[in-house]
Amino acid sequence: MTGTPLLELRNVNKIFGAVHVLHDVNFAVHAGQVTALVGDNGAGKSTLVKTVAGIYAADSGEQYFEGQPVHITSPKAASALGIEVVYQDLALCDNLDIVENMFLGRELKKGIALDESTMEQRARETLASLSVRTVKSVRQGVASLSGGQRQTVAIAKAVLWNSKVVLLDEPTAALGVAQTRQVLDLVRRLADQGLGVVLISHNMNDVFEVADRITALYLGRVAADVATKDVTHGQIVELITAGRSGSLGLAPSAAPA
Amino acid sequence: MSTDTTPTSGLAGSDFASDAHSAAGLREAGRDYLIRLRGGDMGALPATLGLLTLVIGFSLASDTFLTELNIANLITQAGAICVLAMGLVFVLLLGDIDLSAGFTGATGAAVMALMIRDQGLGWPVAVLAGVATGAVIGLVIGLLVAKLGIPSFVVSLAFFLGLQGALLRMIGEGGSVRVDDDFIRGISIDNMSVVAGWSLAGGVVALFALASLLKHRRQVRQNLQHLPLSVVLVKIAGLAVVVLGMTAVLNANRSKNPNFPIEGIPWVLPLVGFLLVFWTYVLTRTTFGRHLYAVGGNKEAARRAGINVDRIRVQAFMIGSSMAAISGIIAASNAGKVSASSGGSNTLLYAVGAAVIGGTSLFGGRGKARDAVIGGLVIATIANGLGLLDQPSYINFVVTGSVLLLAAAVDAVSRRRRSAAGVG
Ligand SMILES: Nc1ncnc2c1ncn2[C@@H]1O[C@H](COP(=O)(O)OP(=O)(O)O)[C@@H](O)[C@H]1O
Ligand SMILES: [Mg+2]
Repeated sequence: MTGTPLLELRNVNKIFGAVHVLHDVNFAVHAGQVTALVGDNGAGKSTLVKTVAGIYAADSGEQYFEGQPVHITSPKAASALGIEVVYQDLALCDNLDIVENMFLGRELKKGIALDESTMEQRARETLASLSVRTVKSVRQGVASLSGGQRQTVAIAKAVLWNSKVVLLDEPTAALGVAQTRQVLDLVRRLADQGLGVVLISHNMNDVFEVADRITALYLGRVAADVATKDVTHGQIVELITAGRSGSLGLAPSAAPA
Repeated sequence: MSTDTTPTSGLAGSDFASDAHSAAGLREAGRDYLIRLRGGDMGALPATLGLLTLVIGFSLASDTFLTELNIANLITQAGAICVLAMGLVFVLLLGDIDLSAGFTGATGAAVMALMIRDQGLGWPVAVLAGVATGAVIGLVIGLLVAKLGIPSFVVSLAFFLGLQGALLRMIGEGGSVRVDDDFIRGISIDNMSVVAGWSLAGGVVALFALASLLKHRRQVRQNLQHLPLSVVLVKIAGLAVVVLGMTAVLNANRSKNPNFPIEGIPWVLPLVGFLLVFWTYVLTRTTFGRHLYAVGGNKEAARRAGINVDRIRVQAFMIGSSMAAISGIIAASNAGKVSASSGGSNTLLYAVGAAVIGGTSLFGGRGKARDAVIGGLVIATIANGLGLLDQPSYINFVVTGSVLLLAAAVDAVSRRRRSAAGVG
């Protein structure tokens, strides 16, 4: 891979009580690229994302951000670095509008009062910069949005803060064909704007369409980290289900199944 | 005035078409409003219609209902209900409930009354102590709910019983404490001078008009989402009619005795008005208000956004209980005493009913300070009107209970409509 990764994990382990969920995981996110994180249910994808987001602390291993060693100990520390997560179950408030949701917890103020004008303008600019064409009004309640639009708002919320790395946990899982299209386009645009994007998805078509690299997790271990153009659907499916595929993947001893 | 459109500008690549021009005029705004209503976003409409119906009904049934004297009475009766309900809105916004609010109010009022009677303290200190008592009760309830995770229903039920005990201990079985401090009594029985009343009413209307117009101009200039000017003007006119009309009624002499004129706005009205403006500001213009709605709408989303959910919940209970204490003091001012049974009976249900009738959802996340005032007027009108008609008191209970049920049903149905229409 060329250049220093934006975000890099080395030999990260995460243990929940008796369950060893992440095993010596090495993972890199590069600027301007979409890295797909794939793996079966329970492989540890969400745990990896939450470790990067500062929700869980890794039990061992190192993390580097732009080449510098970092300790991400809280969600606040993660966002201070420019790492934002779009969660599987969208973290939006149905009773608030788009602007209110995008600035939730980080409202701009003028004196003691909320600075609604600036927030509305910045929300609109951000959506415009992402070429979002489907949202009629930024003062619309998010409950009135379609699944794809809600996902768009969640993503726009993540990039509002000049973030450098955006992690998306199954952003298309609940979406129809057209809405998946919208979100994938948006994911690609984020990378084209220079962000490091991590996409968790079960859908191989999505992965092969937008991802530059694919990291496959198998039972908490990294089975492979490959460029998308060097592999086939079949190989990835084998990596996901068996941990290895031909010359790729874990050594047989490490892959008990 | 109905072509109030703004050109889209400087937003290449986006099409917030409806954002830039908003509703173009009254007709379009009216249509948008209808769509919102059908989608289950009823706002204050059911309560306002209900209030109008009640007023028309009672004025047909009773000659005295629409007299100036009775209207002034009704407003004084509504004061304590509105304030209690306004505090409850904060708790209801979280999807919680405070069943002890009635007795919290009586406890606060008792503390105030005893400090004046037994310690000889002035009303400002006594009132402060009463409200602080409420705040402490709210703090404890809030901590038990937020930190220990006991359902608010149970915590406040325990306080409902415990505070009755505290009240009995302070006042004594069957006893009561007189409230005869001139200032405290004056909240309910004294009126503003006619001149002061007109100045206040004029000032309120002028300020509202100025603030609305300035806001509209700023929104248009900065290309923000805004209402059409015509709608802004209609709102200003509506407020002016209500405020000035009410002032005219209350400034007329309502005494039955020609030698002792009674005229002017009862002091409780500007007090409730001030609380309404203050809490509306807090809810709509501050981060605290925003976070309160967020926690009520989706706790997990609020938590992930970095909001301290527990703190917001504790603060909401503290506001609710402090407002309950203020309400208790107003009730004591009206009754001239605090007794061991103050705050009991239908006090709490009236207030919950007021908030829900006004449009605050029992499911959390939806509600305004103004709901408490509109709903409080509905409840007070029912009690007042049925009283004039000489109905046995069981009728009052049955009717008020039915109205509460009706309001809760409207709340539940519009919630279902909202999720069907996808409007939060
Ligand atoms: N908080 C937790 N406590 C204990 N075990 C957990 C916790 N979170 C996840 N796990 C376990 O870790 C494994 C990986 O989970 P997860 O990261 O959610 O997988 P994925 O997102 O790839 O489906 C699963 O076996 C799951 O049961
Ligand atoms: Mg997962």
